[in-house]
Amino acid sequence: MRMVMTGNYASAYGAKLARAEVIAAYPITPQTSIVEKLAEFVSSGELKAKFIPVESEHSAMAACIAAQTAGARTYTATSSQGLTLMHEVLMWASGARLPIVMTNVSRAMAPPWNVWADHMDTVAQRDTGWLQFFCRSNQEVLDTIIMAYKICETSGVMLPAMIVEDAFILSHTSEPVDVPEQALVDSFLPAYSPELKIEVGKPMGFGSLVKPDQYMEFRYKAMLGMKEARERILRVEQEFKHIFGREHGGLLDLYKCADADVIMAAAGSVAATAMDVVDAMRAKGMRVGLARIRAFRPFPHEEFRSLAGKTEGIAVLDRSFTFGAAGAMFTEVKSSIYSCQKRPVVKNYIAGLGGRDITPKILEKIFEDMLVVSKRGAEDEVEWVDVAGLPRRWR
Amino acid sequence: MTKSHEEITLTPISDTPSTMNITGLWRVVKPVVDKEKCKKCTICWKFCPDAAITLVDGEPIVDLRYCKGCGICAFECPSKCIIMVKEGEQ
Repeated sequence: MRMVMTGNYASAYGAKLARAEVIAAYPITPQTSIVEKLAEFVSSGELKAKFIPVESEHSAMAACIAAQTAGARTYTATSSQGLTLMHEVLMWASGARLPIVMTNVSRAMAPPWNVWADHMDTVAQRDTGWLQFFCRSNQEVLDTIIMAYKICETSGVMLPAMIVEDAFILSHTSEPVDVPEQALVDSFLPAYSPELKIEVGKPMGFGSLVKPDQYMEFRYKAMLGMKEARERILRVEQEFKHIFGREHGGLLDLYKCADADVIMAAAGSVAATAMDVVDAMRAKGMRVGLARIRAFRPFPHEEFRSLAGKTEGIAVLDRSFTFGAAGAMFTEVKSSIYSCQKRPVVKNYIAGLGGRDITPKILEKIFEDMLVVSKRGAEDEVEWVDVAGLPRRWR
Repeated sequence: MTKSHEEITLTPISDTPSTMNITGLWRVVKPVVDKEKCKKCTICWKFCPDAAITLVDGEPIVDLRYCKGCGICAFECPSKCIIMVKEGEQ
């Protein structure tokens, strides 16, 4: 059934259709309407789940960890300061190999206090062992939640996943979303049935102490899980397409890249705007393309390597900044292609922090700059876009 | 002996429960309950973060194998019947 809904409601419907059994959550702007909607579903009986209101995000994740260890499928949602408060337990979830699925409504970190779109919160959790999917539409949010459970719950993966919605741009903007039939989702996603779980009457210690002689082996296994996730993401999406008739581009969603002189790499809602800009610029005869980073973890290194020989320049747009270095997506893209024989020029554009609009005009100017830079190299590898006081005019 | 990564579970799972960890050895001070003053309100039992207090006929009995000596029971006790005593002193 097609409904008009926000990204947040798309998250709530996704968790409901996936039949989450335990939902533990704490409110935070702009996430709150996700768990409010889920609380409604639970209280009306539409969703048979245990809803646990907790006193913090740290506790929300701890409750999900406990319930998932007992064999329940769990879901939570958070944003920004809430996500970073969870940091310690995010590592517990992945180390304990619990395929929890969570929406993070990606929002700027304070100070300065700001509730708008920015990827710093998500990027700061890059090393926690979670799969991270950036979405560009509300439909993708709903579909990716359902897919994420299937990807993560297989014995070869068993890692948690974070579905990323841009604050307000997706979370509070209504779009038409196809809400699939429950029976169809049930045929795609079987009930969660972990190989090992807590059992009453058989007390065991989960995630117990191991000494230096055994710690690395467990970490190695988590690495294998993330490697397997790469393959699972692609396979599960094909199964999803077969049943629901939709796909979202695997790890790296390519748009008109085959013959592109320069390519923009970007994640999240800005990629939807960039598709329009690509069309407009192609109509004017400029061969540009878009490589949308859909999975940030696992990162599409191989996909970028296969692009390297086919294009002259890659403009990496980061909606966050790693202080003392550059944008996180930029360093990943560069390291991906370092071993390639033919390497395009790569330049980093930092834009849209704290919800600053990234307009079509700005994207067009980035493409135009990249077309020049791809021929003569970048003077500055990292450029901050649309900052008051800097010489270049972007608007 | 280090086991191959192929032989181990995804996360370490031990068949000995955490009750096998005798954490009371960490203690510097221990709670001593004055049974005369205790009103059997059970607040100490509710607050003990290590579940080291059990109630016998309503009276708190501290299991010193697990009590780490944090003093929360003494702090919370409304009738001030629990005092923290340095180990080795009485």
